[in-house]
Amino acid sequence: MTVVTDPARPVAVPPEPGTPKRRRSGTFGFNTVSPREKVARYVLLVFVLLITIGPFLWQLSTSLKGSGEDIYTRIPRLLPSQPTFDHYKAVADTIPVWDYARNSLVVAVLVVGGNVIGASLAGFAISRLQFKGRKLVLGLFLATLVLPGEVTIISQYVTVREFGLANTLFGVALPGMIGALNVLLMYNAFRSLPIEVDQAAIVDGANAWQRFLFIGLPSVRGTISVVAIFAFIGAWDDFLWPLIVLTDPDKYTLTVGLQYLSGTFSNNPRLIAAGTMIAFIPIVIVFATLQRFFFKGVEEGAVKG
Amino acid sequence: MRYQRWFTPWVLVIPALTWLLVFNLWPSINTVILSFTNAKPLGGGTFVGLKNFETLLHDEQLRWALLNSVIYMVVCLPFLTIIPLLLAVLVEKKLPGITFFRTAFYTPVVASAVVVALIWQWILDDRGLVNGLAEKLGVISGPLPFLSDQWLLLLSAISLTIWKGLGYYMIIYLAALGNVGRELHEAAAVDGANALRRFVHITIPGVRGTMILISILISVSALRVFSELFILSGGKGGPGGRDNSVVMLIQQYSQGFEGNLGYASALSIVLFFVTVVPMLVLARLNRRGAEA
Repeated sequence: MTVVTDPARPVAVPPEPGTPKRRRSGTFGFNTVSPREKVARYVLLVFVLLITIGPFLWQLSTSLKGSGEDIYTRIPRLLPSQPTFDHYKAVADTIPVWDYARNSLVVAVLVVGGNVIGASLAGFAISRLQFKGRKLVLGLFLATLVLPGEVTIISQYVTVREFGLANTLFGVALPGMIGALNVLLMYNAFRSLPIEVDQAAIVDGANAWQRFLFIGLPSVRGTISVVAIFAFIGAWDDFLWPLIVLTDPDKYTLTVGLQYLSGTFSNNPRLIAAGTMIAFIPIVIVFATLQRFFFKGVEEGAVKG
Repeated sequence: MRYQRWFTPWVLVIPALTWLLVFNLWPSINTVILSFTNAKPLGGGTFVGLKNFETLLHDEQLRWALLNSVIYMVVCLPFLTIIPLLLAVLVEKKLPGITFFRTAFYTPVVASAVVVALIWQWILDDRGLVNGLAEKLGVISGPLPFLSDQWLLLLSAISLTIWKGLGYYMIIYLAALGNVGRELHEAAAVDGANALRRFVHITIPGVRGTMILISILISVSALRVFSELFILSGGKGGPGGRDNSVVMLIQQYSQGFEGNLGYASALSIVLFFVTVVPMLVLARLNRRGAEA
């Protein structure tokens, strides 16, 4: 059978970052960067880095500063003089923060699973299979894109309540489990496969399921990872929807729990800082681990929409 | 010609289609139905005709919310269309370590709005980093009330949205820059055009379509703002509730015994029309530009 190359993998492998490039002296090449420009670029990069990462570092530092340490000093100190993890323990004594983290994780896993399965099945069918009503189905998915989620959030809550799922984690996860945008992303990814591959498989006697599992899926791994990453981040970070669905503090997700923490115990910035870090660090680790798939997916065009 | 049983495609499509019908299409219709009732968050409610829409006309908080939304959009638009493009140009060249910088610049996007709003709440506190530094430098004599003054609070939330959005739009521009012909740049460089001229005459026209798409995204998300304003104002919507957004009002009416899902649905319809306007305007702009 034809070997399908992974479109997630760029054809031309870019040079590994970190390998020293030999500068060809004397040539006015467009790709060579003059030493002066290089310095200027790095200065700018570091400047932007301070602006984007600085606030997170400041929060991390606050969370680690000892209770006896003055966090309000006029001259800000980034490094704690009495570093301690006490506030992380104190957060857990104040609110059930580890339960909240587990709740967030449960919702995120349900949403990722639902989207990866549901969106790739539908995306495959709409792009690779012929059937009556295909155009109509595609049109329906496209039509929902103009509708901001907040517009229907109230009646979505009514629907979830009718199912008896108000104030449950499953009710939080359910509506987001197959996103229209993800179906369209998968549709787009499957569509870029050459049709000849399908025809060859049909000649070989492969049915629709086999073509989906053995030809379709392996060649859209890049887009699937983008869908999965975004579904995870979206579910983990979501605030408005769980805030509406959940009323019982035991069932809060991390974002709702953090707001609860800051509303009730706002007198100690160190405590809130520790709480925000508990919500922030996992998502950064997830993203840092998977970022190469994400940026590959960007090159593949999965973000352009 | 078909190569599968007639129902196979439907088996694959039906889960997604069910979700679309139950959680997208039906709620859109139901929003309109609900807006003619006084449905309660815990159930029940009766038909009240146009009463909710009459209330909308006299709702002073809604007027503030709409004004805030327009200010939000107008301030966000220039910053978020231009700075991310400059950042994309900055991270486009594959220098050693550039992946690290790209990832780092994207970090605020990945973090929850709740997390970053709580971080900024601490930085903008009366005794926080910004006020402390400004006092130390002698720029101000007393702390600026970033979180308790109506306009400063709005401005703080806007800056937070801009800061959080930079990486997101940078990545979209980065994908678009890949399609701008390198030959054009090289030719212009040979002709002696400096970096600034190449940026203005080649890069910007090359990403024009993306710029319009991004403007739509910025406008719509500015009009939908919720978490930043909610957290920075401690859930209260600022002094006298004058720093609410439309979505914050929707959320307020969605809860408790005082809640009114009927009125919240009427507000949702307002939100829909408010977000459709910039989409139509910018889409039209795009078409006109394509014809010219």
